[in-house]
Amino acid sequence: MWTFFHKLGSPPWLYGISGSILRWLLPLTLLALATGLVWGLLFTAPDFRQGNSYRIIYIHVPAAVVALAGYYVMALAGAINLIWKMKMADVAMRSAAPIGAALTFIALVTGAIWGKPTWGTWWVWDARITSMLILLFLYLGVIALYEAFDNKEAAGKACAVLSLVGMVNIPIIYKSVDWWYSLHQPASIKFTGESSIDPSMLYPLLLMIGAFYALFTCCLLMNMRAELLSREARTNWVRKLALSGGRD
Amino acid sequence: MSAPGPLAFCLRLLRRQLILAVRRPIEIGNPLLFFAMVVALFPLGLGPAPDQLASFAPGILWIIALLSNLLTSDAVFRSDFDDGSLEQLLLSPQPLYLSVLAYIAAHWLITGLLLALVSPLFALMLNLPAGAIGSLMASLLLGTAVLSLLGCIGAALTVGLKRGGMLISLLILPLYMPVLIFGSAAVKAAVIGAPAGPYLALLGAMLCLAIALAPLAIAAGLRISIDA
Amino acid sequence: MYFQNFEQLLHMDGHGAFVWAAYAITVFVIIAILLAPGRRQRRFLTQLAGELKRQRVTDSNAGEN
Repeated sequence: MWTFFHKLGSPPWLYGISGSILRWLLPLTLLALATGLVWGLLFTAPDFRQGNSYRIIYIHVPAAVVALAGYYVMALAGAINLIWKMKMADVAMRSAAPIGAALTFIALVTGAIWGKPTWGTWWVWDARITSMLILLFLYLGVIALYEAFDNKEAAGKACAVLSLVGMVNIPIIYKSVDWWYSLHQPASIKFTGESSIDPSMLYPLLLMIGAFYALFTCCLLMNMRAELLSREARTNWVRKLALSGGRD
Repeated sequence: MSAPGPLAFCLRLLRRQLILAVRRPIEIGNPLLFFAMVVALFPLGLGPAPDQLASFAPGILWIIALLSNLLTSDAVFRSDFDDGSLEQLLLSPQPLYLSVLAYIAAHWLITGLLLALVSPLFALMLNLPAGAIGSLMASLLLGTAVLSLLGCIGAALTVGLKRGGMLISLLILPLYMPVLIFGSAAVKAAVIGAPAGPYLALLGAMLCLAIALAPLAIAAGLRISIDA
Repeated sequence: MYFQNFEQLLHMDGHGAFVWAAYAITVFVIIAILLAPGRRQRRFLTQLAGELKRQRVTDSNAGEN
């Protein structure tokens, strides 16, 4: 048990194991993504109220779900870094932020594009859209804070504190925006209830959510590998790797 | 001389911060002046129609209070960081949680409290109905305290950086949003004659949560900034 | 397959532009975040390899003198 944790703290071991995980996870992720995209685009029947534009759900919802989960992953890694001073947790936190920001961006853009045919406008100050926008700001704040520090160890700790503060705040922000929206909700916009989703639409959606989680994991591991190398530039194993042309 | 107890130490710290502020009255005056000037911007931008201004007044007043709080929070730890007294504070055998609270209390007394006290004047300029002024002051009193607590988290994390000014707003504006929502909702509720109590209660709940948790984050942030 | 022919698939009853744009942007961003770490890693490794080679050359020169 403890040797596992000791190994987890060893950069060459982590670099190796993440490489062998990626070797099968990455093709699997791409396959799942491609299957989900084709399934959602070509093989499902259109929604009877929204027509074909609902097909955006297969990318919008997974991106939003994983973007939120990504923030918790980042904050958790930050907490581990603060409490147990594990360098790998810092690497993971640093690597998770840009991926989470990218996924939040996908969720926002696809939401806006979906809004145009459905509600007749690109942007609605809807509770969920607004809280996704705030989530994007939280991600960008963490990235900006990290870049502002010269001392990267302090940067990691400061970002860990910030992402923990953000994690405490996310439910509050979400709840208050929800409340705010129900106060101001314009009557012209009606939301379709998502309570009864047909299984023929549910399965591709679940596949895409799984695929996006796998995508997040893959990107996280790849970012961590790149980050590990640049942090360990002075060590022998990285030098050997560089001289061998990057093959591990 | 014997070391003071934690509470006495806190009070001394608070007194010191207030004296420092009083010695430079311009620092106290700046946020109020900022508040007044931005209030003047809104009629220029939105048009002087009284009823239109009145309907926007709760949001306008709250946004300006938020911005002036944001602009001042950057300086809370700055001068003490520069002259090294912050490092001494961290080394002293006093609980940092309470010392940090003293800093925040001083910041709130010289910005939030004063803003809340002068806000009726600006509310009248923006044609806010007189009935809503009570809940405006109450919501500002509670809300600016939460803003000070949150703002100091950003100040503690960026105090060691050369260019912290812009960064701090990126970091803490998302955290300010719930306060803005409930603060302006309280005033709006009072304008239409609905009870503002529930919103004030929510602001009070946020204040309790912020007092409990924010000093922990600020203390951690200060330690990180001093170590860096 | 839900659509009868390719034109229907492109058009999607008038929603085609929105659906395809959303999917295109998503695929673009996904490709970008998948490729970024690999590029960064390769660039870092080539840079480090170059540095090490230069260092080796200067070291051997110093040994000859």
